[in-house]
Amino acid sequence: MPTTTAPLPLPERFPADSIQLREGLDQPTWIVRREILVDLARELTADPETGFDLLLDLCGVDYPDREERFEVVYHLASLRGGGRLRLKVPVPEDDPVLPSLIDVWKGADWFEREVYDMFGLHFEGHPNLRRILTHEAFQGHPLRKDYDPARRWILTEDKMYRPQPEPPMDAEDDMFERMTINIGPSHPAMHGTFRVVATLDGEIISASEVEIGYLHRCFEKMAETHTWQQVIPYTDRLNYCSSFINNVGYCRAVETLLNVEVPPRAVWARTILSEFSRVMDHCVCNGSSLVDSGALTNFWYLFQPREEIYGLLEACSGARLTVSYCRIGGLAADLPPDFEARCRALLETIPAFIDDVEKLIVSNRIWLDRAVGIAAIGGEEAVNWGWTGPCLRASGVDYDVRRDNPYDLYDTVDWDVPVFHGGDVHDRFRVRISEIRESLKIIRQLLDRGMPEGPFIVDDPHVALPPKEVAYNQMEAMIYHFKLIMDGIQVPPGEIYSAVEGANGELGFYVLSDGSGKPYRIKVRPPCFPIFSTFSRLINGGTISDAVVSLGGLNVIAGELER
Amino acid sequence: MFDLLATGAKMAVWMTVLLSVTPVMVWVERRGAALIQDRLGPNRVGPLGLFQSLADAVKLLFKEDIATLESDKFLYTLAPMLAVVPALTTFVVIPFGPDIEVAGRPVSLLVSEAETGALLLLALASLGVYSLVMAGYSANNKYSLMGAVRASAQMISYELALALSVVAALVPVGSLRLDHVVSYQQGTWWGFLPHWNLFPQFIGFLVFLIASFAETNRLPFDLPEAESELVAGYHTEYSSMKFSLFFMGEYMSMATLSILASTLFLGGWHLPGLDYSGWWVTAATTGLLVLMAKAALFLLLFVWVRWTFPRFRFDQLLRLGWKVLLPLAIANLVLVAALTVSGVL
Repeated sequence: MPTTTAPLPLPERFPADSIQLREGLDQPTWIVRREILVDLARELTADPETGFDLLLDLCGVDYPDREERFEVVYHLASLRGGGRLRLKVPVPEDDPVLPSLIDVWKGADWFEREVYDMFGLHFEGHPNLRRILTHEAFQGHPLRKDYDPARRWILTEDKMYRPQPEPPMDAEDDMFERMTINIGPSHPAMHGTFRVVATLDGEIISASEVEIGYLHRCFEKMAETHTWQQVIPYTDRLNYCSSFINNVGYCRAVETLLNVEVPPRAVWARTILSEFSRVMDHCVCNGSSLVDSGALTNFWYLFQPREEIYGLLEACSGARLTVSYCRIGGLAADLPPDFEARCRALLETIPAFIDDVEKLIVSNRIWLDRAVGIAAIGGEEAVNWGWTGPCLRASGVDYDVRRDNPYDLYDTVDWDVPVFHGGDVHDRFRVRISEIRESLKIIRQLLDRGMPEGPFIVDDPHVALPPKEVAYNQMEAMIYHFKLIMDGIQVPPGEIYSAVEGANGELGFYVLSDGSGKPYRIKVRPPCFPIFSTFSRLINGGTISDAVVSLGGLNVIAGELER
Repeated sequence: MFDLLATGAKMAVWMTVLLSVTPVMVWVERRGAALIQDRLGPNRVGPLGLFQSLADAVKLLFKEDIATLESDKFLYTLAPMLAVVPALTTFVVIPFGPDIEVAGRPVSLLVSEAETGALLLLALASLGVYSLVMAGYSANNKYSLMGAVRASAQMISYELALALSVVAALVPVGSLRLDHVVSYQQGTWWGFLPHWNLFPQFIGFLVFLIASFAETNRLPFDLPEAESELVAGYHTEYSSMKFSLFFMGEYMSMATLSILASTLFLGGWHLPGLDYSGWWVTAATTGLLVLMAKAALFLLLFVWVRWTFPRFRFDQLLRLGWKVLLPLAIANLVLVAALTVSGVL
């Protein structure tokens, strides 16, 4: 689907100077005055065929030299129309206020809190504009350019925010005493460091509040202080269950800005390893979802394929969890000689484990009672909240970046996008099982095609390091080596939003370069961020057990959620 | 004097069995889980890892004994004791061998010949719930409290079904004494089918089995300690030996219920075709071994089920207890009573 054509004519009823058109590298860009933002957003979502129903990402950028210092960038997508649009809203420093879009897209909730936290911009009409990733005792706004990255703040217990979710009162409420219970950040079911404060009426959660930020590692700030190549290891730690996909997503964004053609061998390997990473991630997600419901054995059955895929990744990159195998322009090293044999062996062994788990679970009455209809969400609502990936496909929305905005080799292989319609825990489980099978199908076809010959990284001394023996023996190569190590890759000024299908949804990288050799701004669109912002809505009214069993199936990864 | 000695000896046998059940079962559980889950399990300490439980016991003994600041110290200490005591006392009414003759005097291999037999057993077994409630209440932890609430609701719901299926097994016997239940089940139908309660009362047997999973808080009914929901439920705040007492209590009540199931439904210590008339030592040993073998079947089933199923949700668990098991147990009781009155059983 084409993404570069302007999907909507410029609305005429807005004053001429309130919107300026720019043709972006990747998608049309409109620079919008903040006064008309809400009206424009409503207009953009209005058309049921081409309306921009999905707010992909919302982030701030700081330009200290500009007259209007801040810019808030909205990335929109139209799932039905296939269009993409970027809105930019300039905000001056002395009046850092702009309207909240929470009434148009519910998913804006946490994104706006994040911009408030990171840049200090106020969103008028936001019901709960608190810090989200940093803590209450934090002073200043870390992603502003004048914030010193080394500055630290200590949170003492008396300053800690204590959520008290208040349930809606009804007539009989006075008769019962409620209990507020703190689930997490260290609780066996909170895989990672999430915290849910729930007010309980017996076993029923009548109100809840989600707190995140316990694993915030300033990924975006750190990226601004490193060279482009040095950011890659940081991306590993986003979704650490499938770190390779993050590498690919980041490298693709930078490669597009650089206009570098990745050699076919690297593209081929990237596609295969991305799919293996997806299999691995789905195994972990389904496994942890099952272990939360007490079915520990399935967890181990699903961990065996993961373990074996780690073996493959280790043979390629030397690392198992945080692989850092991609480089801008290709791969870090050539594929091992037995790469194809290893892949084939994995294709032989993995299906048996998946089949076993499916047999144990999919028709198990206890599991069905626990999972069917639990934490259900409809497709339209899920899109409004900003869901993507397997969780969205379980709600009946047929959207997959690999098919709808194909990259790498996905448009050359034959595979299906599994879609289920229940939107509940069970369908999220089934979508992942089906996707594992589809991923294996993709890998098999690529293996049958054979490994392309040629280099594993682009032959461009401005991007890729020259091989050691050349660098040691030739003056010119040594200079290139030195320049790349000391100054990094010189990425031309520009901006791009580039997305891949991460294991839990659309993983987007909004990358801004000012040509200085370091990223000016990198914004990750973490797929689980909007998904987890829905968690309160999903669990209210259910029991604690429902909340626990639904969290695993959402595949929320703290490393990616909080960056 | 002789009676005292005999009773002491019988109790010693039972205590040995019950106290050694925990270490053995922990090993079986861990190796069994490993077998099911395609792993190795503990295999370093001693041959086949058999001494792992010993090492664990030593570790637990030397762990720091922690109590939360605001806990109710008296109940907090009492609770783990109460977890073990009922499990250690229920055996008094269970026979483990035929009536034997030692030095010319008759001895029945049953500690207490109380006429109330099974009733006493049920009463003692019900005490177990107090320990869980006390533990959950006294620890001053919300998760513990929720675990305790779940435990009490669950045990009360399932005790009804459990007791009714026990009653059904007693009806054709016409006695509350478990040694009478065993002697009733001796012999065969048509020469090959053992005269066990299992066959005519299969529904009752199933109800008993399911209810005993719930009574012992084992998966799929381990809600009081559901580790992914309630951290560890009622024993969240316990450590060291206090924790291990709960642990032992759970395994001992599993063992007790397995032994009870074998006695009520599988003919107890008796196996058709075995000779119990020889020397008293052989007779008693054979009886004990047969009973243990039958109980071991149930214990293995406990392990197998635990590592296969996911867990119920609390409302589903109560629904199953009240709406399925209880009516089934009553129907079974009525059926057995009708059959007994009409002379079929």
